[in-house]
Amino acid sequence: MTLEHDQDTKWPGGRENSANVLNERRSLSDEMSDVEARKVLFARSRRGFLIGGAAALAGVFGWRWMPEETKVGFLQKVFRFNEKVTSAFYRPEHLAPEFPAVKVTRPARVNGMLGIENEVDLASWHLNIGGIPQHTGDLVLTMDDIRRLPKSEHITEFKCIEGWSTIVQWTGPKFSDLVAAFTPWRSPEEMPPFVSLATPDGGYFVGWDTASIMHPQTLLVYEMNGEVLTSKHGAPLRLASPTKYGIKQLKRIGRIDFTNERPQDYWANEGYDWYSGL
Amino acid sequence: MHWINFPLLAMMTWSGLLIYWANPVYSLRLFGREIFYFFPQGFYSFLGIPYRLAEGMQLHFFFMWLFGINGIVYVAYLAISGEWRGLLPTVGSFKRAFQVTLYELHISKKKPPQGKYNDAQRIVYTLVILMGAGSIVSGIAIYKPLQASFFTSLLGGYEWARWEHFWLMILFAAFFVVHVVQVVLAGWRNFQSMITGVEVIRSEGSGE
Repeated sequence: MTLEHDQDTKWPGGRENSANVLNERRSLSDEMSDVEARKVLFARSRRGFLIGGAAALAGVFGWRWMPEETKVGFLQKVFRFNEKVTSAFYRPEHLAPEFPAVKVTRPARVNGMLGIENEVDLASWHLNIGGIPQHTGDLVLTMDDIRRLPKSEHITEFKCIEGWSTIVQWTGPKFSDLVAAFTPWRSPEEMPPFVSLATPDGGYFVGWDTASIMHPQTLLVYEMNGEVLTSKHGAPLRLASPTKYGIKQLKRIGRIDFTNERPQDYWANEGYDWYSGL
Repeated sequence: MHWINFPLLAMMTWSGLLIYWANPVYSLRLFGREIFYFFPQGFYSFLGIPYRLAEGMQLHFFFMWLFGINGIVYVAYLAISGEWRGLLPTVGSFKRAFQVTLYELHISKKKPPQGKYNDAQRIVYTLVILMGAGSIVSGIAIYKPLQASFFTSLLGGYEWARWEHFWLMILFAAFFVVHVVQVVLAGWRNFQSMITGVEVIRSEGSGE
């Protein structure tokens, strides 16, 4: 009986195509007795199964027995690592494709009422902005201030983290126009690295990286699909941007803060990716 | 690299299902009639899938690295070692693969030529590698549809890319089932050789 590597010299490629471990072929292809061959094969099989089985068990039970905090901590680190890698590929010149008006999804899908469960009092609404240098206290803006900013518009695909998407026409000033009009900063690089946004009641809050919120397609929206923004879609002013999932596109903005600290984020606190960049 | 694929594909499929559950919209249709809906409620509750989207994304976006790296290493190994010669289909592979199919279905008694892989295996295993590449590309297309919009547009847009990514997963699952059945049919010795890298072949004249 011979112990050979699985090979077949009849097949066109010949020996060089076989999956053999070359340096082992010589020592093993010698004739050996049945008993000897069985012993070697048995040892090899046992070793293979033991190593494979141990690795599988270690994987499954290692994960099972790992404390919850270690697991969450590890996976959050993975999110952070992915954020570092993917944000390195971020380019503000990369724009989301735009669609013709006939493609707009009607009626617009409503999803999520966090932070906007109560009716909004449009007359008393105002926007508080914090974290602007040489500005004591908040800068307080009204809708008229927002409407005076240059108006932009795009029809893009809105993507929910759940996996569905709709096509929406968004109208309002670019977030970067707000920054240009009311702050001393002249480029995203001069700004603090993060922006925090929250509903007036603080019930819903999101954190953004400055690069994404300064993207030319990130808008402060007051009109949606050609009509004034409705309460369910975040009246009087909401954020819309193809750079992030819907969870980041806060409705009914009450506060904006420019900050050096990575802001708290409602869904990141629930285990979702803080960055959620598209 | 081959064996690592099993736990990696299992994890990618599992976490993918946790994600898919949040927007389960696909079904199998024939002549406009729905034949199978992905997936019935019982499937989800049996596996404990509902309301685990965040966990699914955490796992999916960790194991994607291992799956991608393993795939790249495997393809690089095929290219450098010359093993690709035994794997890629050759001229006439499709014709001979038909003979293999007939033989394995016991329709034909003529045994087709068998190298390291027979011609049906060459075609299927090469397709599986392409499916892996397709999963990675469609995955990137739905993971970063703005920054990698080139891939997204290439695949027909965001929703098509998600659909393609889903069906590649179904194809992988189908391949897995057939593959395991084939390995079982090929017998214990073949499986042992996959584990150990060697196979015992009786040499001429040696009696037991």
